[in-house]
Formats: sequence, structure tokens, C-alpha cells
Amino acid sequence: MLRVRAESSRAGYTLPAMTALLDKRLVFVTGKGGVGKSTVAVALGLLAARRGLRTIVAEVAHQDRVAKVFGRDDSQFREVEIAEGLYTISIDPQHAIDEYLRLQLPVKTLADLLSGSRMFQYFAAATPGLSELVTMGKVWELAQLERRTRDAARYDLVILDAPATGHGVATMRAPKTFADIARVGPIANQGRAIHAMITDRESTGVVVVALPEEMPVNETLSLRDSLRDGLGLELDRVIVNGVYEQRFGGRDATALQRAADTAGTPTARAAVRAALSEHLRARGQREQMARLEEGTGSAPVLLPFLFEPDLDLSAYERLSERLEAEL
Amino acid sequence: MNVTEALEGKRICICGGSGGVGKTTTAAAIAMGAAAEGKKVAVVTIDPARRLANALGLEELGNEPHLVDAKLFEAAGLPMKGELWAMMLDPKRTFDEVIEQLAPDEKTRDDVLGNRIYQQLSSAVAGSQEYTAIAKLYELDQDHDFDLLVLDTPPSRNALDFLDAPDRLTQFFEGRALQVFLRPTGLAARVMGRGTGMVFGVLKRVTGVDLLQDLSVFFRAIGGMIDGFKERAVQVNKLLADPQTVFLLVTSPEREPIDEAIYFWRKLKAARMPFGGVIVNRVHHDLLGDADPGDVAAELSGELGDKLAQRVAENFRDYHVLAERDRRNIERLESKLARPRVITIPYLDEDVHDIEGLTRIHRFLFATDERRRDLLDEVVA
Repeated sequence: MLRVRAESSRAGYTLPAMTALLDKRLVFVTGKGGVGKSTVAVALGLLAARRGLRTIVAEVAHQDRVAKVFGRDDSQFREVEIAEGLYTISIDPQHAIDEYLRLQLPVKTLADLLSGSRMFQYFAAATPGLSELVTMGKVWELAQLERRTRDAARYDLVILDAPATGHGVATMRAPKTFADIARVGPIANQGRAIHAMITDRESTGVVVVALPEEMPVNETLSLRDSLRDGLGLELDRVIVNGVYEQRFGGRDATALQRAADTAGTPTARAAVRAALSEHLRARGQREQMARLEEGTGSAPVLLPFLFEPDLDLSAYERLSERLEAEL
Repeated sequence: MNVTEALEGKRICICGGSGGVGKTTTAAAIAMGAAAEGKKVAVVTIDPARRLANALGLEELGNEPHLVDAKLFEAAGLPMKGELWAMMLDPKRTFDEVIEQLAPDEKTRDDVLGNRIYQQLSSAVAGSQEYTAIAKLYELDQDHDFDLLVLDTPPSRNALDFLDAPDRLTQFFEGRALQVFLRPTGLAARVMGRGTGMVFGVLKRVTGVDLLQDLSVFFRAIGGMIDGFKERAVQVNKLLADPQTVFLLVTSPEREPIDEAIYFWRKLKAARMPFGGVIVNRVHHDLLGDADPGDVAAELSGELGDKLAQRVAENFRDYHVLAERDRRNIERLESKLARPRVITIPYLDEDVHDIEGLTRIHRFLFATDERRRDLLDEVVA
């Protein structure tokens, strides 16, 4: 059974007591490419907004997936309200750099001088990791109680639909890397401030999204290790997307096996075959979820596979209700 | 079409597509099939599933391909006329190797490899995995005598990153930005104490002077390699656009990966890069046709009992929804491609994680269209 070992403390690893996920200020949603990170980020956002939290789902560089779910085309570095209490923003590095300069340099003409200068453009283009740094800077700014950008209101919760695993960790590490290199000065100070916030478990949470398949499970486990080693962060929740319900048990399967040969029409045989497939896939999924639970030492949150051609807003609503029951 | 056709006259096969669509296993199955046909093949995988990596012996270190024992394939029913070599890419190490090759002297090499900005560049920056994958491909093409190289591409969230990222990095190395720093009056010189310009003063105020210093050390060290990087970029681009290279796009039949495959195809076309076809993995096939799921339940209830028959019919209806979705998405894909070259592989009951699993996919990839239809009947009906 899957949900029995929530309190387990295997291999010296005890799940720490934690601030409930939605009580944090910042939640990273990451995971392997193609597992449905955006879906989970939006579902979490809907849930938080329903609970009365002023929430923003931020995504990185030219994705605009969140806005599209709500029939918007392009949020373009603006904070756009997409549902009651739910906002989204698409963070692109160029805008983030300009904003950073304006915040660092109290005199607007100086900021314009710099961002308009060719030397600075080259500097920005040539400095490895600068995009990642300013992206994190913007996420941090969104999560401040006192927003630094003009006329900006406070959010109760910022959810980052983060880049996929490997690059996700690198992005989260960028502030520390720059703080270490710069040692002193504004970038060092800010890098340290950002790093302090994202490594504070009271204020920041990490959600990893997986599918009940071998690769995403492997990647979840190695992500857990690299977050721990590289950033001193622990996973708050693992959310598994696309879980088949168990429609056919072992006894059913035996009956289906028999019927697979004897059923009269090709259509009936195909139906039996589809049921057997479902049985096998669901079983394969359960094996992977058991590995995941074994590896992380806690039970993942499960979201059902939806037999639908495309996920529309109502599907996201249903997933968010499911999360509500599980979180 | 099939993979044998797509590979005719080709020396390099690049498997592109968005994350989570089965690129790595598809690349491995393609390489395995070409080797079975008699070629000496090397496959570069990015991040194979652990069990598949074990099966292919990929966990050896070295960042170089090694020969996979032909007996393994024979045991799975696939005789090897040629050779399959396989490796797992180590991006950091590959980047270091590029620096080692291009550095004019040992000091420059050590300066770069030891610089923290470089370490960030080689392991953490978006695009470094993509850049190194192509660097490895280029090196294998230069230094070895494989008949065919098959490249799995990094699991970018956005399939296009693979084509864009190397260019972005290359532009960086091509030096337009670097030269600004390296001019006698450039940033590097100013950091060393002679800078007084207004812009520079403001920059220093924003970044802090230590960061600028590290950057300028890095820029200076790497400055000596600009020509090497430029030259290599030209060669790599030639290789990608070579008529003996082919891009196979891998996707699953959901809307977003199909959108990305279409976008990727357009991009290939615009860049005049050779497109070979699209492989659609995990396709649900329509088996219901015009039949009514209610009839299916009625027909099976004698044998399975009412309840189980009812669940079988419901499950069948759900699968039909997915089959319809897949059919529409694949039709859309075919309507966008100038020449519809699509291979579909059914959604198999088990994930592929060993050589036996690879052979299941391999059969579909290398079958003629007609034979593939028969195979499909075997699998799903």
C-alpha cells in the first residue's frame, strides 16, 4: 500500500516537521521535462487562491503556458490577474536585468545610461549565469513583503514553475554562486539575501513533480540529492501526475486473460486487451511509486490520469481539488 | 517510411524533441537496428534510464564510446552484423576537453579550467549540455571511423533549445562580446585600474569590483581561444547542415509535444537542416471504430460477469478518447509537414528498460509500412 509510511524515518532520514506548503511565501515546482510541472503549478495556484491567498504563478522565459490555460496569450513580464486572487508573470532575463538596474540605481538616468550602453549589453550577454541570477532576483522580489517595484502589491504566495531538474537546480544555485564570486558589493549582498530566503524552510518550499515511470522517479531521487548537497534544501512534497486508478485486480486479470482468447468479436477482444493493458500499466506504475516512496522516505501526493484529449480549466480545477484533499 | 530509409546515405542521425517523449530509448533502438544491419554505429545518450544504462554497460566512466557485447542482442533475438558502441555524455568533462584542445598553452588551460565563472559556464548555464552534446558529436566524427553516429539530445523543456543554445554559446565565443572586454580600452583593462568612464563606474557600482575582476580574468584567458571557437563553430554548423546528417524528431501524441515537433520542423527547414521524419511514440490506436461500448459490455457479460464487463467497456471508452486525441494530433502533424514522414509506435504495456524492450521498439522503427500494420495487429488486438 502506498500511503502507510508517511512517518517513516529510514536510512537516518526523518521527514522534518514543516510549515504547511501553502503557508510558505515561495514554492518551487520542478521535475523532469514533460512530467506536467506547469499543470501542478497552476493547480496549486488555483488551490491557494481559493483559500484566499493572493497568489502568483511565475514562469520562466517565453513559456506563457499559465496564461494560455486561462485563454491569455502573453503576460510579458507583467503581473496579470487570470482568476480571482490568482496572477501570473512570465519572467524573461532581459526585462529582469533592466528592472534590476532601476532598483540598484536610484537615479533613473544612470540606470538608463547603463542598460542603454553597448558595453553593458555585452557584459550581460557574456556573463555566464547572469540570466539565471536575475530570474531568481525577480522571483525573490515578487515574494517580498515590501515589494520593491513601484505600485506593486504584496503576494501571499509565489509559485515558480521552475526549469526542468538539472537546469532548475543551477538556477536556484545562481545567487549563491554569484555571491561567492563577487564577495562584496551589491550583487554579493543581494545574492546572499536571495540564497538565505530560498534555503529557509519556513519561507520556501520545493515540490518535485514526477510521473510513475522509471526515468522521472530516478530523476526525482537524484534531484533530492543535488538539492540537498548543492543547496542544503529538502523536498517538501513529491507530486505524482498521471496515476491510473486500479481498475482491474489480479482476479480480474485472470478472467480477462481467458476472455482474451475466447471473446467472440474482434471489438470485444480488443476491449479485453485494452483492459489487460490497463492492468499491466497500473501495476508498472505502482512498482515505480513504491520505489519513489522507498527512495524519498515519504508517500507522494497522487494526481489521477485524466482520460481527456486536452486539459481545460475545469480539469485544472479538479486537480486542484484533489490537491486540496491531499495537502 | 521507416528508419532504414531515413538513414540511407547518412552518417549522422540526431534525435530531437521535447522532454519525456522517449528520445533516449528511440535513439538507442535506432542505433541498435543500424548496427544489426551491418554498420559500425556509436550512440551518444544523454541520460538513459538506469536499467537501460546497465543493460548497455553505460555506467563505465571515460566519456568515450565502448563496444556493447553482441551476445546481448543475440540473446534478445537480434543478430548483429555490425557493431554497436555506446556512451553516456558527461557535459562538464566534454567542455573541459574542448578547452584542453583549444587552449594555446598550459597556463591558459589551467586559468580557464580553474576559473569559477568558467565552472558556472560549463556545468550550470542553460545551453551548456546542448553545446557539449554537439561538441562530442563533432569530436566523434573527426576522430573515429564510425559508419553512423546517433545522438540523443538533452531533455530540454523546449525542444528548440537544442538548436538555439549552441548558437547562443557560439556567439559568445565568437567574440563580439568578448572583444569589447579585451580591447586595450575594454573592460578587462579598466578593471585593472585604468577605467574611469562613466558607464564603467556605474557598472562597478552595480556588480562590485571582485566580480568584474573574476570576469576579466576569465575573459582574458578565454580570449586566446576565440579563433579556435570560431573555427570550430563553422565546422559544427557545416556538420549539422551536411546532406549526410539527418534529424529525426521524436514526440508523443499529446498536443504540446506535437506542437513542439511542428515548430522544430519549421526551424530545421528555415535553417536548411536535413529533416528525416517524425517518430511518434506511445500512440493509442482506435479499436472501437463505430462499435458501441454498450454492445461490448453486453457481449462480454456472459463470460466476465456484468460488473467486470461493464468496467471493461468503460475502460475501452476511455482508451477510445485517447485514441481519438492521438489520431487528431497526428493528422495535424502530417498536415503541417511538407512531406508527411511519420512512424507511429503503439503505447506498449511496459516501459522500455532493457535490450529486449529495445527490440520491441526496433521492430516498429525498421519495419515497412505494411509490416508495421501487421505488427500493430499483433500487439493491440
